[in-house]
Amino acid sequence: MFQVRIHGRGGQGVVTAAELLSVAAFIQGQHAQAFPSFGSERTGAPVVSFCRIDDHEIRVREPIMQPDALIVQDPTLLQQVDVFSGLQPDGYMLINSSRSFDELGLAEFVQGFRRDRLLTVPATELAMKHMGRPLPGAVLLGGFAAITSLVSFGAVAAAIRERFTGALADGNVAGAVEAYEYVKNEIQELANAQAG
Amino acid sequence: MLKQVEGSKAVADAVALSRPEVICAYPISPQTHIVEALSAKVKSGELTPCEFVNVESEFAAMSVAIGASAAGARAYTATASQGLLFMVEAVYNASGLGLPIVMTVANRAIGAPINIWNDHSDSMSQRDSGWIQLYAETNQEALDLHIQAFKLAEELSLPVMVCMDGFILTHAVDRVDIPSQEQVDEFLPPYHPRQVLDPDEPISIGAMVGPEAFMEVRYLAHAKQMQALERIPTIAEEFEREFGRKSGGLIRPYRCQDAETIVVALGSVLGTIKDVVDELREQHLRIGVLGITSFRPFPLEAVREVLDQADRVVVLEKALAVGIGGIVAANVRMALSGIRIRGYTVIAGLGGRPITKESLRRLFLEARDDKLEPLTFLDLDHELVEAELQRTRESRRSGPSAENILRDVGAVSARIGW
Repeated sequence: MFQVRIHGRGGQGVVTAAELLSVAAFIQGQHAQAFPSFGSERTGAPVVSFCRIDDHEIRVREPIMQPDALIVQDPTLLQQVDVFSGLQPDGYMLINSSRSFDELGLAEFVQGFRRDRLLTVPATELAMKHMGRPLPGAVLLGGFAAITSLVSFGAVAAAIRERFTGALADGNVAGAVEAYEYVKNEIQELANAQAG
Repeated sequence: MLKQVEGSKAVADAVALSRPEVICAYPISPQTHIVEALSAKVKSGELTPCEFVNVESEFAAMSVAIGASAAGARAYTATASQGLLFMVEAVYNASGLGLPIVMTVANRAIGAPINIWNDHSDSMSQRDSGWIQLYAETNQEALDLHIQAFKLAEELSLPVMVCMDGFILTHAVDRVDIPSQEQVDEFLPPYHPRQVLDPDEPISIGAMVGPEAFMEVRYLAHAKQMQALERIPTIAEEFEREFGRKSGGLIRPYRCQDAETIVVALGSVLGTIKDVVDELREQHLRIGVLGITSFRPFPLEAVREVLDQADRVVVLEKALAVGIGGIVAANVRMALSGIRIRGYTVIAGLGGRPITKESLRRLFLEARDDKLEPLTFLDLDHELVEAELQRTRESRRSGPSAENILRDVGAVSARIGW
């Protein structure tokens, strides 16, 4: 079983992102379970959502406390919430930011993990560019597909198109494509740097 | 057709496939996406003929359901928490009058303190209201139980409450198999009321009954629930024949044969418990779990048959009978009358406190060693409780407990689990 936790703020599409990821996994023929951190979700308040993916039925209903992957939609949460709680040493992490881990003050933190599995992605910028709205959720799923290979990009795009229509669907898919390519490129550069 | 969909929407699909003719709901919190999705289906014409009545309160919702059902319509509503309490007088009337209304209760806690999260306090408060109560383990089962509920309700002329865990199921997006209209039509015949208000053949429903016959009318309500004990498994079998999957029934034992320790629970927590049972079985612990799907009528004999050979029973429940402890446990105890068995009651998950595998593992190992107290509160923070008790001892004007405890807890937004 692969467990993903998504952190963001109310209004950013945190719950929708987990749902889209579960639909992408479903489209691939897998079992998936997405659910929000239950609460009175107010705009701007910290929100958490979860997604489990497995090859067979998922019965467990507890929150995900030891995620295999983290997606952080809002880097300002880093000062407010223990977003890294329980992340596995070989886990994946995507932070929505145009800054590097060094610039975010996380240089030391990331050393405890597999460096090729931790990336920042400027998802809000990509969302603004392709949709004109600061909604990074679906865009980050493009990056997630690239870094984990857990879901294919095609499945993510299909999930987005199932949920949205028209310009919103096109914009989200375009943003996700660019995030996918951005992450693939970053991984390649990291590999090159390590090889060199 | 397989779909990856939110639990509430899956239930809305199931209700729509059951062809309700009147849906009434009060569209304010506590409410779910179920009636929201249904209202959209009615408006778009997808669900027709059906009238969606936006009422002014939950009391009105149940009252309209009563009126609709008495007029011969298949009636449905949904509620939870304080909403259910607000309609209680009408809830008793629906069952007392023998009207086959189906209602979803998306289980949530009851205040005070104010809390919108999941537990079973709401539906458990109505266990003796005369309604049949079925508890869903998964979203698939929630969907399936609604289709079965209409059939059961109408055969017996009794209302049925389908209880599904609020948030944990209603807001979870997972895989469900949504049947076709043809399949549902094949399984669920049109509603033929036993009693109907018809201007062409006027009757009255709702007589005043004095001491000369009140006991008899009430006894008949009980007798009908006893009939339900036979119909529920039969309907589940018919359902399996039509739809090809097991759903519903009275109880669901899991790895209970040869089990020394059997856990009893209701609802979605069964999934988490099964995972823990599998893990402990690998460590050669003889443990099993018994899910109770039908809480009303309570299947005394079926429960007794499963628990008969066990050494100990751990009843884990999401409601608290203040002043005594367990509600489900008391019913299970009745099933075990005359059998010598160690019994433990565990109150868990109140007000949305997550029930984790880790806590369950620890709990079941303690039970195996018979180190549990007869009444245990899973993951209770004793320090918090003690601090408040200390305050009440030290000062007469210690203030409201909920506020005091919240101050001690500090910010909760930084927490991922609890």
